[in-house]
Amino acid sequence: MDIFLILISESFWTASLRIATPLIFGVLGALICEKSGVLNLGIEGIFVAGAMSGWMAVWLGFGLWGGVFVAGLTGAFFGFIHALLTVPLGLSQHVSGLGITLFATSLSYFSYRTALPDVSSPPRIEPFQPLDIPILSELPFFGPVFFQQTALTWFALGCVVFVWYVMERTPLGVSIRAVGDNPSSVEAQGLNVYGLRVGAVVIGSALMALGGAFLTMSAFDAFFFGMVNGRGWICIALVIFASWRPGKALLGAILFGAFDAFQVRLQTEVGAWLPSQMFLAAPYVLSILALVLAARSADYPRALLVPWFKGQR
Amino acid sequence: MIRIEPRESASKLLTWGLPTISAILALLLAAIPLSFTGAPIFESFFQLFKGVFGSKFAFSEMLTRATPLIFTGLAATLAFRARIWNIGAEGQLYLGALAAVAVGAGALDLPSYFLIPTIIVAGSCAGAAGMVIPAALKTRFGADEVVTTLLLNFIILIFVQYMLEGPIQDPMGLGWPQSSPILEQGMLPQLMERMRLHSGILIALLCAVTAQFMLVKSVWGFKLRAVGENSSAAQHSGISVKKTILSVAIVSGALAGMAGVSEVAGLKGYLTSDLSPGFGYTGIVVAMLAGLSPVGVVISAMFIASVFVGADSMSRAMGVSSYLADLVVSMALLCVLIGGFMSRFKIVGMSSKKDGTA
Repeated sequence: MDIFLILISESFWTASLRIATPLIFGVLGALICEKSGVLNLGIEGIFVAGAMSGWMAVWLGFGLWGGVFVAGLTGAFFGFIHALLTVPLGLSQHVSGLGITLFATSLSYFSYRTALPDVSSPPRIEPFQPLDIPILSELPFFGPVFFQQTALTWFALGCVVFVWYVMERTPLGVSIRAVGDNPSSVEAQGLNVYGLRVGAVVIGSALMALGGAFLTMSAFDAFFFGMVNGRGWICIALVIFASWRPGKALLGAILFGAFDAFQVRLQTEVGAWLPSQMFLAAPYVLSILALVLAARSADYPRALLVPWFKGQR
Repeated sequence: MIRIEPRESASKLLTWGLPTISAILALLLAAIPLSFTGAPIFESFFQLFKGVFGSKFAFSEMLTRATPLIFTGLAATLAFRARIWNIGAEGQLYLGALAAVAVGAGALDLPSYFLIPTIIVAGSCAGAAGMVIPAALKTRFGADEVVTTLLLNFIILIFVQYMLEGPIQDPMGLGWPQSSPILEQGMLPQLMERMRLHSGILIALLCAVTAQFMLVKSVWGFKLRAVGENSSAAQHSGISVKKTILSVAIVSGALAGMAGVSEVAGLKGYLTSDLSPGFGYTGIVVAMLAGLSPVGVVISAMFIASVFVGADSMSRAMGVSSYLADLVVSMALLCVLIGGFMSRFKIVGMSSKKDGTA
């Protein structure tokens, strides 16, 4: 009975969409990279870098949207390094991605500590506020769930539509998908394989960084060490679960957010009997389960992880 | 115009020289972030070297720090050579440490020569178990082990926190989330008076030599390399790829588990949830810097440990954030990746005169 009440409550769905937002950015970013044939394990570090740089920009007075822009640029920068190493140089995408994660994370932590050497409590910024659109947010149920989210959540939903449109309905999307399936055929059409892949990784990484920026600029109002806490890796699992489709990626992220919001509420109901760590571990267990269920049927981009060199078949 | 050509064969000088150059380059690149802090650069580097080579104690601290890195570096090396992406050494380390305190902190009151081997066996079995799960999910369901091992790290750490707040919490620990200490006779013997260096490093060196021998000389090592180089060709030539993957996973996980055993039974004495400052992840850098050679791991682990220990003492002396060490380590990984590219390919100027003579 109580569980049913949770599932129909407004606050539950509001929280689900809020928790899903950074994952939506991350899954979309990873999806674009992988569709072009490049696995980007830099995602976890790019989340950290986006969270740190976006927050830092706002703190320095660039304004909230200025912070979003800076976070995107930061993500694009790390994406560009990953792309250079894995596309023209054709180096191991696994190792390069992990290297980017270590590099982006340590650079963010080092910059934060250098800028703020001795603060005990992290300084706060004025984060994005819920939009609170006059009439719409008064609507029963839909009002709070959709129209009291922050602008970044709406931006994420907009990105889903945009990415879906570009990937599925435009010649550019066709080329990106083709370059992840059969790069030689793309070259035969006179298109630049390197350019398409590097571009996709840079754009995808910029989106990942926005997921990080949401954490410091909307979900919270400060930067903490370890705040990303595996969200990037969860996105990598969700992309496989979504079989590289933007619509299913949105669904996966929201399902995931709903599960996370649900377990927090369940914890207050049955928390007395079960250790709290069981709930903390649940998102990661769920990601592994999703991966195991989806792995067999997953329709991998055929050239994922396969380096391609000009003039070589 | 320039173009990229594969080299016919990488020379000995290149395979050993490039990682060395990459490591030194990464260290020099630290001058860039250092200059942003305003600290004097030469003085900072001097403090860094002094922090490693300045005294016998400093050097022993470096070796103490290198010990877990040799284990996790070996874990990554063997797995990566078989193209199994074990990114879960961090979690397997904690499983090893957990098993070590589970048997060593009073559960079994045995004399030293029984208790220490029991702790080692328990810890490495627990680490191995932590890697068998993702390996089985890979061979059984085709689930990508990169993601499963990464996610398992988080699950295992949460499990350790649960254990530390309940089942294995030290009743004398004033409510702190820490385990009971390992019995006196269960601790790995110290190697020098008044130093923290312990015999874990001897086990680590033994493991490195054994791993090198097994990899190069044994049938198992041959199968491992065959699966890593071309798994479908290996399958056709009659090697059971699944069995090989599982066996490599067991050894890799056990080595990572040993890192936990050596930290808990050699150094700390009890388990807390901040036992490892990322030894599992750093092990990947150690392995790559060593060019995936088990003996090389020993050298690269000492280099990385020097960076950490040196940067620690430098940050105390100069007031620079010790995250600089992590930055240098990550740059070393990226440098060695690019260096590895240069050992396999050469860049040729197409219109230059050299082209004709090359």
